[in-house]
Amino acid sequence: MAIITRIAVHAFKESIRDKVLYTLVLFAVLLMGALYLIGQLTAGQDVKIIKDLGLAATQIVGLFIAVFIGIGLVSKEVERRSIYSLLSKPIRRHELILGKYAGLVLTLAVNVAVMAVALYLVLGYMSWIESEEFKATWVRPAADPAMWSALFLVFVQLALVTAIALFFSTFSSPSLSAVLTFGLYVVGHFNADLRNFESVVDSSVAVYLARALYYVLPNLAPFDVKAAVVHGEPVSLGYVAMTTWYGAAYVAALLLASVFIFSRRDFK
Amino acid sequence: MSTPAIKLDGLTKDYAVGFWRPRPYRALDQVSLEVASGEVLGYLGPNGAGKTTTLKLLMQLIYPTAGTAEILGRPAGDVGARRRLGYLPELPYFYDNLSAEELLVYFGGLFSLSAADARRRAATLLDRVGLGAARHQRLRRYSKGMLQRVGIAQALVNDPEVVFLDEPMSGLDPVGRRDTRELIRQLGAEGRTVFFSSHILSDAEALCDRVAIMAQGKLIATGRIADLAFEVLGWEVVVSGGSLDGMRALGFDEAAREVDGRLVIELTIDQPPERVLPELARQGAQVVALTPRHESLEDYFMRMVSQPGDAD
Repeated sequence: MAIITRIAVHAFKESIRDKVLYTLVLFAVLLMGALYLIGQLTAGQDVKIIKDLGLAATQIVGLFIAVFIGIGLVSKEVERRSIYSLLSKPIRRHELILGKYAGLVLTLAVNVAVMAVALYLVLGYMSWIESEEFKATWVRPAADPAMWSALFLVFVQLALVTAIALFFSTFSSPSLSAVLTFGLYVVGHFNADLRNFESVVDSSVAVYLARALYYVLPNLAPFDVKAAVVHGEPVSLGYVAMTTWYGAAYVAALLLASVFIFSRRDFK
Repeated sequence: MSTPAIKLDGLTKDYAVGFWRPRPYRALDQVSLEVASGEVLGYLGPNGAGKTTTLKLLMQLIYPTAGTAEILGRPAGDVGARRRLGYLPELPYFYDNLSAEELLVYFGGLFSLSAADARRRAATLLDRVGLGAARHQRLRRYSKGMLQRVGIAQALVNDPEVVFLDEPMSGLDPVGRRDTRELIRQLGAEGRTVFFSSHILSDAEALCDRVAIMAQGKLIATGRIADLAFEVLGWEVVVSGGSLDGMRALGFDEAAREVDGRLVIELTIDQPPERVLPELARQGAQVVALTPRHESLEDYFMRMVSQPGDAD
């Protein structure tokens, strides 16, 4: 466990110095400025738009961090040959994979937290400057605590995407891993359509194939509760827990597969 | 007999080459070799001879097709054995965003050193490889030669009993080569087992107890440099007394020279000492030393490499 922690701390340090921090600060500044301006243009709808765009931006910036750093953590080690000296140390290959993953999830957690703080600051400012009569027209308060569920599920989804990126990078090149991860991310959002394939086609083979893919491919749509949160619809704790459980199980399966492949790999 | 520090037994590695119809390519072929504890072994051969493949098998960066590799009596890849070894990969590369000190502290931590101990160890090692002044600089700014020195430092972070160095002299300037030679000599003097690969034969000649020579994936010769079948090219005789003119009278014109008040005469293979020494004595010269002049390791190596089938 001590070895995994040390590798995780190192991975965190590497990624924080990898210009991600600068991207993040830039994002936070742009978010505050841009969202406030957009809010000014749309009377009455401003708070909803800010919440919606703020959550979407957190997800997209997080996605880029998860994919690019997630892929880089292992494949860069292999490509630049730093893995040679690392693996000659008294560590096991699965410890390397788990440590790297933990380090990146930590990076993501910090990033999502900073972006969440930036979003709440903008919303808090809106709430502070508006009149009481105007605020009465809002479905939910500006700095709505209920937004945490959307932010948390964004984080869980990003942790899942990171595991996908890590999995691909244990056996393919960085650029192919990036394409495959983005591809799977897009497919994951339309996964539910595969389940209802029989209403579109007659072929039973196609239906079974679609059903099999539905169970194998990650289903990312349930992690997206932005619309519900923005419109003030409740997201139950049970739903958040179940979705998190699904994400954790999927991550565990991916890490197991990554360890299996990585442990047998020759580093030529 | 005590357990050898390193033991290779029939070690073989095939790679698949070709995308559509992969064919096996034998990078290493039935290599068996033992290295005693405390020995400095030069693992020599041209590029593609299988040196790096052997080292990667010993580090379990790759898995063997057949045969076994043991370090300190444990199978290669064993975590307990790795605690007691150091490894410098060929053309090492590390993390751009770390300083040399941070790298060594990180690696020290993987050997369960505390942060304070790892920092102390890093400082000592970076001074030892001549990077004390650059220890806080990010590795992205390091030259190839500096990275090579960091590579050596990280191989020693755990005070290893067995040190594996893959081409430790490559990328170094003459000063760096001299320093590295001196360091390997010290590691040997400290009683560590050193296994280093090189194609620079003069380095091996100066440093090794024994050499193993590889060609085309096969081990073609092992032994002490003095015992290997070097061709004798001639002899060198050192005499006191006698004069340079007297030597010239015997026909040694170019071959005789004066060094520190003594005469040094180079004999060719056609001038056997048993014939020449009585003539020297008649000139009043007393023999101080007689040493055979062998072909260089380089010439030997080239001879063996060009005819691997004849070497056995």
